[in-house]
Amino acid sequence: MAQPILEASALTMRFGGLTAVDAVTFTAMRGDITAIIGPNGAGKTTMFNCITGFYRPTGGTLRLFRDGMPVELQSLPGHRIAQAGVARTFQNIRLFPGMTALENLLVAQHNTLMASTGFGFGALFGAPGYRRAETLAIEKARHWLDATALVERADDPAGALPYGQQRRLEIARAMCTDPLLLCLDEPAAGLNPRESDELSALLRRIRDGGCSLLLIEHDMGVVMGISDRVVVLDHGKKIADGTPAAVRADLRVIAAYLGEGDEE
Amino acid sequence: MSGEIAAITMAARPKVAAAAVKDASITALIAFGLFFMLVGLRTDVGPSGGLVLRQRWGEVAILVVLAFVLRLGLVTWRGLRGDAKPATAARTEALRKVGRLVAPVFILLAVALPFIPGTGRYELDLGILVLTYVMLGWGLNIVVGLAGLLDLGYVAFYAVGAYSYALLATTFGLSFWICLPLAGILAAFAGVLLGFPVLRLRGDYLAIVTLAFGEIIRVVLINWASLTGGPNGITGIPRPTFFGLPFSMSGEPDTFAGFFGIEPSPVHRVIFLYYLILVLALLTNWVSIRLRRQPLGRAWEALREDEIACRALGINVTTTKLTAFALGAMFAGIAGSFFATRQGFISPESFTFIESAIILAIVVLGGMGSQIGIAIAALVMIGGFEVFRDLDEWRMLVFGGAMVLIMVVRPRGLVGSRTPTVALGTRRAIGAEHVAEGRG
Repeated sequence: MAQPILEASALTMRFGGLTAVDAVTFTAMRGDITAIIGPNGAGKTTMFNCITGFYRPTGGTLRLFRDGMPVELQSLPGHRIAQAGVARTFQNIRLFPGMTALENLLVAQHNTLMASTGFGFGALFGAPGYRRAETLAIEKARHWLDATALVERADDPAGALPYGQQRRLEIARAMCTDPLLLCLDEPAAGLNPRESDELSALLRRIRDGGCSLLLIEHDMGVVMGISDRVVVLDHGKKIADGTPAAVRADLRVIAAYLGEGDEE
Repeated sequence: MSGEIAAITMAARPKVAAAAVKDASITALIAFGLFFMLVGLRTDVGPSGGLVLRQRWGEVAILVVLAFVLRLGLVTWRGLRGDAKPATAARTEALRKVGRLVAPVFILLAVALPFIPGTGRYELDLGILVLTYVMLGWGLNIVVGLAGLLDLGYVAFYAVGAYSYALLATTFGLSFWICLPLAGILAAFAGVLLGFPVLRLRGDYLAIVTLAFGEIIRVVLINWASLTGGPNGITGIPRPTFFGLPFSMSGEPDTFAGFFGIEPSPVHRVIFLYYLILVLALLTNWVSIRLRRQPLGRAWEALREDEIACRALGINVTTTKLTAFALGAMFAGIAGSFFATRQGFISPESFTFIESAIILAIVVLGGMGSQIGIAIAALVMIGGFEVFRDLDEWRMLVFGGAMVLIMVVRPRGLVGSRTPTVALGTRRAIGAEHVAEGRG
């Protein structure tokens, strides 16, 4: 029996007179890869920004199920949403370019590390408790660098990495926050076919590790290949929701992507 | 291979020369247009009391020729040198190695300064002044260099520290060693108080509001005459004691000289003050270096690099910024209380905007985030300003020229590269082209 990880009900986001997301209701299941697709301007990124706390929704509720207990996301400030277990990547990569790959991953573990510093004094004087926490943090960072095949580039500035590696590093950084739900905004954008395949494999491994995924993606090869569920948006409304095969056969989805014929 | 390059250079030479002459001629023309009015014509008071027009074509000619020759030289040099090479990793690495040597040498020199023969009272006073600015620079570096928050009102916290010490010492008779941390805490409190409303602003808006805050503090100090003495300032601030032993010329057993059985001398106090500010500056340095390597410091730098990404990673942006503001303010407050005890007299005059500007210039010229760069910049700016005292009004020109030169040659400050705080393998310096300046 699958349990939900994220439940959006009647989620609405208005900018002045424009309704970017219009009463969308969907449920993402624990341990699933849920894809959100739709033509340009369908409201995918807006919904993403609502889920990750960058926008405050105009209406509706967002519930994250943490150990079976619901957490209401729509009223939390951005950093609290991340602390609750929602990590995200960005459509245009947002790494810390002047910091090394390893430092990027350590910044992601800020909250666990801060808890061990004893209001800063422990770290200032190098207390053993803090040293242990830092060793653990570096171990975790090394694990994710391994998983994304970036160990050799650990000490290089993130800004100097090639595009595909930056994408992977951003995913590794998000995973270092120990999320329950990883939200990926067009992770395959700008990748070549081989890199896309590697990305699909990486995302599957992350899912098998117990993390649920929510992704926006235009690359249909990636979406259809790895998604367990697909939610289709058009003009801010949900028009389809189901398995990749069902969605692919849905007439309204085809119409939204290819345009409708004359119906006279 | 090298012959080929030489041949290319030879072939390019006439072209470069022609372009340089053309460029220099235009420069000379513009110079003439400017100096024709500014220098060539001058009104003087004549013998009859009326204004007479004096013409100085000789000076104009000298200036125009000077502009022509300098421009010609610059363009020719640029043309023959070819495109500027970007700083390679090897070069950054070499610089970092030198930098590692520079810091201990500087500290050794600073510690030994009072005992170097030829060091008199003037040199020690200058040393104290430079070290005060080094400390202020390192304090502001936490805010501007690490957290990337442009603070134009840093002197306000310096003033808060100075007045805290002055008022606590003159009103309640508290000793310097109790007041020093108190002044730091009060300044940090002022930092938090300012930080809460303004840290939601970014970039230029933050700069303007901090600038206003600096002015507000100064205006309050001037107008709250019943507490601060207004424009008259506070006089008779207790001088520091050597842990209870005053520096006095009497030679009594309960004075510094008497206790240690040495000849009383006014230099003792200056040497003591010198070492005091040296220790305080090094404390600032130690704390910032340690903080950079722990999560808080890393979060500051991450904030400078990308605030939105920080938020997505669950970092509380507001409190992180506030800690940077408070810590920077605390060091300014400690420096301020040192300033008050050294001068024995403070007034709002000492805390004008130009002080903030100088401290910020030190941080920017030194290279934001670099401890050694800031120390060198403070030495050059404050020390150099004194060295060129003989040049009178030309001093400002030399000063401005030097600043322009540094910004042209090293736009990211003397030390623009960044050392990683942690590494799996070896730490390699990160070139300035990757490091962000921060947008507030």
